[in-house]
Parts: sequence; C-alpha cells; structure tokens
Amino acid sequence: MESFFSRYKNALVLIAVLLTQVIGVAIQVRRPLPKEHAQPDAGGVRLIRYWAISLVSPPERLVHWLGASIIGVWDNYLDLMHVRQQNKDLQAELQRLRIEEGGIVEDARQGQRLQQLLAFKEKYVYQTTPAQIIGTSGTEQSRILSINKGSKDGVAVDMPVITPDGIVGRIREVFPHTSQVLVITDPTSGAGVILADTRIRGVLRGNALGQPQVERVMPDERIKAGEKVITSGGDQIFPRGLAVGVVDRVVNDSEHDPLVDVLIRPAANLSQLDEVLVVTNMGEEVTPKQKLDMMQSQAAADTEQLRASEVLAERLPSRVDPDAPKTDDASTDDSDVEGEGIARPMRPPSALHPDRFTPNTTPTADSLTPGARLAPQSEGKGSITASVPKPRATVPTGSNADGGDATETAVAVPKKKAPEVVPDDGSRPPATMTARPATQSATTTPTHAPMVTMPATLPHTTTTAGGTGTSVRPATTGSATSVNGAAAHSAVGNGSAVPGTGTTQPRATTSAGGVTTTATRPAGTTSSTASSGASASGAGTHTPAGNGATGNGTSPAGTAAVRAATPRPTTAAGDAANSAVKTKVIVDGPLPAGAKKPATATNPGQTDPATQTQRTPTTAPVQKKAPELVPDDGSRPPPTMLQKPKPQPQPQQTPPAQTQAAPSQPQGGRR
Amino acid sequence: MARLIAASRRDVEVQPYPLIVFILVPLLALGLQSFVSLHFQRFDILDLPLLVTIYFAITRRNPIAGTLAGGMIGIAQDALTRQPLGIFGICKSIIGYLAASLGVRIDTESHVTRALLTFGFVFLHSGMYWVLVRRLLAQPYAWSWVHELIRGVINTVVAVVLFALLDLAKRKEY
Repeated sequence: MESFFSRYKNALVLIAVLLTQVIGVAIQVRRPLPKEHAQPDAGGVRLIRYWAISLVSPPERLVHWLGASIIGVWDNYLDLMHVRQQNKDLQAELQRLRIEEGGIVEDARQGQRLQQLLAFKEKYVYQTTPAQIIGTSGTEQSRILSINKGSKDGVAVDMPVITPDGIVGRIREVFPHTSQVLVITDPTSGAGVILADTRIRGVLRGNALGQPQVERVMPDERIKAGEKVITSGGDQIFPRGLAVGVVDRVVNDSEHDPLVDVLIRPAANLSQLDEVLVVTNMGEEVTPKQKLDMMQSQAAADTEQLRASEVLAERLPSRVDPDAPKTDDASTDDSDVEGEGIARPMRPPSALHPDRFTPNTTPTADSLTPGARLAPQSEGKGSITASVPKPRATVPTGSNADGGDATETAVAVPKKKAPEVVPDDGSRPPATMTARPATQSATTTPTHAPMVTMPATLPHTTTTAGGTGTSVRPATTGSATSVNGAAAHSAVGNGSAVPGTGTTQPRATTSAGGVTTTATRPAGTTSSTASSGASASGAGTHTPAGNGATGNGTSPAGTAAVRAATPRPTTAAGDAANSAVKTKVIVDGPLPAGAKKPATATNPGQTDPATQTQRTPTTAPVQKKAPELVPDDGSRPPPTMLQKPKPQPQPQQTPPAQTQAAPSQPQGGRR
Repeated sequence: MARLIAASRRDVEVQPYPLIVFILVPLLALGLQSFVSLHFQRFDILDLPLLVTIYFAITRRNPIAGTLAGGMIGIAQDALTRQPLGIFGICKSIIGYLAASLGVRIDTESHVTRALLTFGFVFLHSGMYWVLVRRLLAQPYAWSWVHELIRGVINTVVAVVLFALLDLAKRKEY
C-alpha cells in the first residue's frame, strides 16, 4: 500500500486537487436560492474571491494611481493656466444645472405619482457615486470590471453602473473597497431594453463573442441598423430611458429558428472605460439639496410665469393679469369687471380736469351735429358725458329718481354689434339672465365713485344729474361701490341680473345735474336687461356675479364674466319689450358641471321703471337683432336663442335661489 | 529530436528560484492581466497566468508542485471573474501536472521545446475550459478554431520571451 501511494503520488495529488475543485464548483453552481436570500457566492467562495481580489487589487490600485498621477500632473500643469476661468464657468453651469435638476426631479416625482396611480413602479436615478475602473477579469470569457468603490462607499449588489453615454452593467459582487461589475456584454448579464422606434422589447445579453444582443426577438422588418436602444426599466435594475446603444444588425437565432437576435453596438465605450457612475439611490427619496433646488426652480418658474402673464396682458387687450397690482386711481379700477382674468384694457389714469378729449367723455361721432357746441362742463362736479346737442329722444327728468333737473337723453343709434362675452375661467355663463326690476330706493352714495368703463361698452343713455357717479360693482363683492346720488342707478338697488335668461340690457349712463352715472357691467353677468336708463332705478340693472350690488345680486359668483355685453347705443328708452336685445355671447371654455347651455335670450319681462318713463317721448322702438350665444366648443347655438323677444313681460323664470329679492320688487314700477 | 529529450543529469536538474519570485510573479501576472486588459481589450487573448504556470512547472519539474501551483493560480484567476471558483483552477492544475511531468522527460531549456509545449498547453487549456464551461456549467462559450489558433500562436510567442526573462531570475550556481 505504501508503495502504491509513493508510486502514484503525483497522480493521486492531481486527482485529489481536481476532485476538490470539482466538488467546489458543484457546490457553487447548485440551484440558487430565492432572490431575497440569494447571494452571488456562498460564504467560503466569497471569502476566497475576496482574498484573491485583495491580493490583486492593491497592485492594480498602485499602478492605476501611478498612471493617474503622472497623467494628472501633466494635465493639471497645462490646465492650470485656465483653471480659474474654467472654475467660474463650471460654477455658473453648476448653478444652472442645479435649477434644471430641481425641475427635472419634480417632473420625475410627478411621473412617479402618476405611475403609482397606474400601479407601475419605475425607478429614477437620484444619486450616483463615481467610481474608477481599476481592473478587469483578464479573460475574454468573463466580462467583469473591478471598480474602486465598495460597500463602504454605499455600493450594493445589483446597482446599475452607467456612464453619461449609456449603461455599462450592474454590480455583481461587493467588497469593502472594491466591487465587481458585470458588463452587459457578458453572456450571463441581462437588461430589459426597448427599441426606441419600433418599441420592441427584449432582454439584452452578451453573446459568446462579447457583443450585446437582444435575444429572441420576433422578426420585424422595421428593425433597422442605427435604431436607438434604451432601457425599458422592466428589469427593476436599470432606470428606464437610459441609452444602451444602437442596432448593429439582425441575425437569425440558430437555436430558436423563427426568432432573431438583434446585435447592439453599445453606446458606452465599454472597451475603454475609465470612470463610471454607480447608481446608488433610486426611488422617491429626495435629498434636502434637491428640495432646495426644487423650491428655487419653482420660484423661478413662478417668476417666469408672472412675467409671461404681464407680457401677455400688454399684448392682448382682452386678457389681463388678475395678479397685477391695482392702481390707486379709482377711475381705472376695473375691478367690477371681476372677471377673474377677464379682459381689462389698459387705460390711462383719469384726468384731474376732464375735458372733451378725456377718454370716455367724448360722444360718439354719430351723435354729434356738425357745428353744434358741446355742453359746458362743470369743473369739479363731474363731466357731462355725451350730452349731445342733438338728442333724438329726450326725456324730462321728472321721471328721474332724484327728481331734479336731470335730463335724460336717449339716443337711438344704429344697431351695432354687441360686444362679446368671453369668460376666461372656463365656465359657461348662466343660461339665461333676467334682469330684475330695480328698486327705486336704491342706496346711493354721493361720493365720487370710480368710473369704470368696460371695453366696448358705451353708454346707451345718459342722464344729466347733479354729479358724476359711476355704478361700480366690483367682482365678488357684495356691495356696489356706488352710484351717483341723483341718478340712483338700479345697479345699487336690487337691479339684479338674474342668471337664466340671457337677456342683455344696454348700459345706461345717467347724468343728472352734472352727475354722470355709468352703470357698468360686472363680470359674471352675461347680460342685463334693456332699459333706457331714464330712471334711476331700474336702469342699468347689471348685476355682477356674486356681488348683488346692495343686496339683490343674485347672480352666482364665479359665473362667466361679462365682457362688454352691452351693445353700444342700442335703443331709445321705450318699451321694455322692444328694448330687449340679444347679445352675441362667445363663451370660452367648457360648461360648468351644473350649467346649461345658453338656451334663450329672452326678455326678462320685468320692465324697468325707467323704461316706462321713456316710452312716450322716445322714438319708436328699434327692434334689435339679438346677438347669439355662441359657445366656443364648436356646437351650434340652440335654436331657442334665436327666438324673438317676447312682447309681453314674462314672469320671472329663474330659479328661486337666484331670485331671492325678486318677489318683493314690483315689476317695472317705481315707488 | 535528441535535443528535445533530457539526456543528461544537468537537463533534469531542478532550477532553484528565490521564494519571492514564486510569490510575486504569479501576482504580477494576474495584476497585469487584469490591468492591461482594461486599457487594451485585446490583451485578454493572452493568458499570463497560464504561461507562468507552465514556466514554473517545467522548470520545477515537480508534478505535485505544478499541480498545486496551477490550482492556486487558477483559483486566483477565477476570483477575478464571474464564474465559480475552480474552473481555471482545474484547467491549470492539469496543465501544471502535465507540464511538470513533461519537464522531467524533455529538455525544457530549448526555446523550441518551450514554444511547442506552450502552444500545446494553450490549446489544451482552451479545450478543457470549453468542456468545463459547456458541459459542466452549461454556459455559452463560442469555440472558434481560428481564434484558438491565433491565441495559441500569440501566447507561444509571448511565452518564449517571457520565459527568457524569467530565466534571468534563476539562482546562479557556482
């Protein structure tokens, strides 16, 4: 026996060594554990591998450090001449990129939220660790890279390794100071990819020759060389959208005959890698730095948006910036337009000493008589607006509320196209607007109210009174700012344009005793009842949405804002029925949930007291063609909109909730 | 032919080497193989650990030492790859044993002998590796005769130069 061992000593040693290694290999390649318990290597194997790498890595590190030092000294010597300027440029670039990153992170978070809604989890690159390649496996059968970052640097198994050009691979083994990267060219690697153009998904692996390929793809003629390949994110390792490479060619899969393999030319230069990025954080975590960047980017975005809105407001007169600072000048306060974005053209501040050249005080050209003299202006008491010497319908002021010497002039002018109502809040105006009779006992404020003139709205009638007042109804406020005391516009009273009828009332400007009252139409009301404005109450029953003047504003707030719904001079004071006009309304935006399409443009049937007083002396009523409510959603206006104004006043048909004060008001009468 | 066979006592004499050479040369081979391949990818067609194994085996002329040295170098080389430890170890253990066994019988001082041995061992190494990977591990491995022929030639050329350099480290006998 002794001679046997001595004789075959060498062979026995060889067999023992081989048997030991075969058993070791068999242990290592046994069926892997589940993923949560799986490790690339068992404890003993990992220890041996760690020893080997620990033996090899220091020389590699040393050689790498020497090479890098030599190159670095040379490069730094040359670059030091411009390093200061480069530093400044890079700092500026860094600041810009940080701001952009904040926005991108916000977009990514939004995408994550949306994906959570879709129950699809996608990973984003949030934090990377740069690493240097210090070695390879040294064999062409194993595409492994060694990097100089390990577990102490936050590197973990299965972390993706990328470069700015494209993906490189994933972490296979982690040691305290080094790690192994399994490159995508290795046959055992795998990455979910998608062809960018054809949207064909597949698994990327390296073939035996070390070229990555998308395996087992259904033949598709659309796959052409040069098509980009990106990660799909389906492997839960690589974030989605990273560049992988481009299609090189398509070859048949010999083992799976009908299928083909798409050979990929990697985007990253895998043969000459120096530095890579290990994606160490993917998920929803946002660092405080990123939060700060997000806040900065949000502030910058807000600033840009504000600036853009200002520019837009200047260029588009129909649009205004709701956040724009308001001027102190009361006459330019267009808050009653309350359109919450509804258009307010820019106007100059009111003149201290208005004259005939002052904006909004010049009478219309067609109301002027050549050679006639304009009415004198009483300085300090207001202006006479359109007190033209050629009245076509002059009403004694006895019918006026103040009972003064106010004269009322109703000028019958040719029919003009009604201005458009363009709500910008996306809501549709109330289906119908019914002007409710205004009370005579409207609260009036003798103070000088801000004169508000909406674009494309001109006074229909003017009443001269002892002062100048303007009925201004700011948006969403519950009180009218004021009306002149003499004219006592119904705007201050219960003149409420009840949403529902869509009736448009011409605007009335009452001037009595030097007082000019301009009933302005607030936002939210699409129309107002026709009235001559001869009476203080009842004329100009433009009730803003939600403000209700002095209490009877029943229009719901937030309804479509009115954009000069009143035709310019419309009818002379006369029959209320005849004064009913239709307003062409263009509704911008979709209908609100509970809103109806504008169906009718009916006369409210509630004759304004002022209109009654104007019947007799005024000219024959002019039948106006009512403008049409034209929604912008492409639909045709309902046929009911085209109906003729009803000759008789109709009872109020608005919902009770919108006509709270209606029953208490006598219809069309003054007390 | 007579020059290829060890006919004298001097030919079969074991060449002494400093211990440090036995330690540093394999490590240097592994390090160079890993590092140079990083910058010159085609460098991986070389197998410096295999050449070192062959050299120490034929110079030591001890099959057991060759087997153990080949096994350790192979396992260290396996540690740098993704494959299980032992694949290269098995291959290089056999190569070390065969090289040491042949070193007893043939003249390994001749460059021609070294070249022929190296070419054959490189080819054998690739064959064993293919068997182990394809049959034992069931992993893909492309076999190309042309590629293996080129590999054998390149490794042979490098081996002749490398062995001559390593001969300089021999301990001089006076």
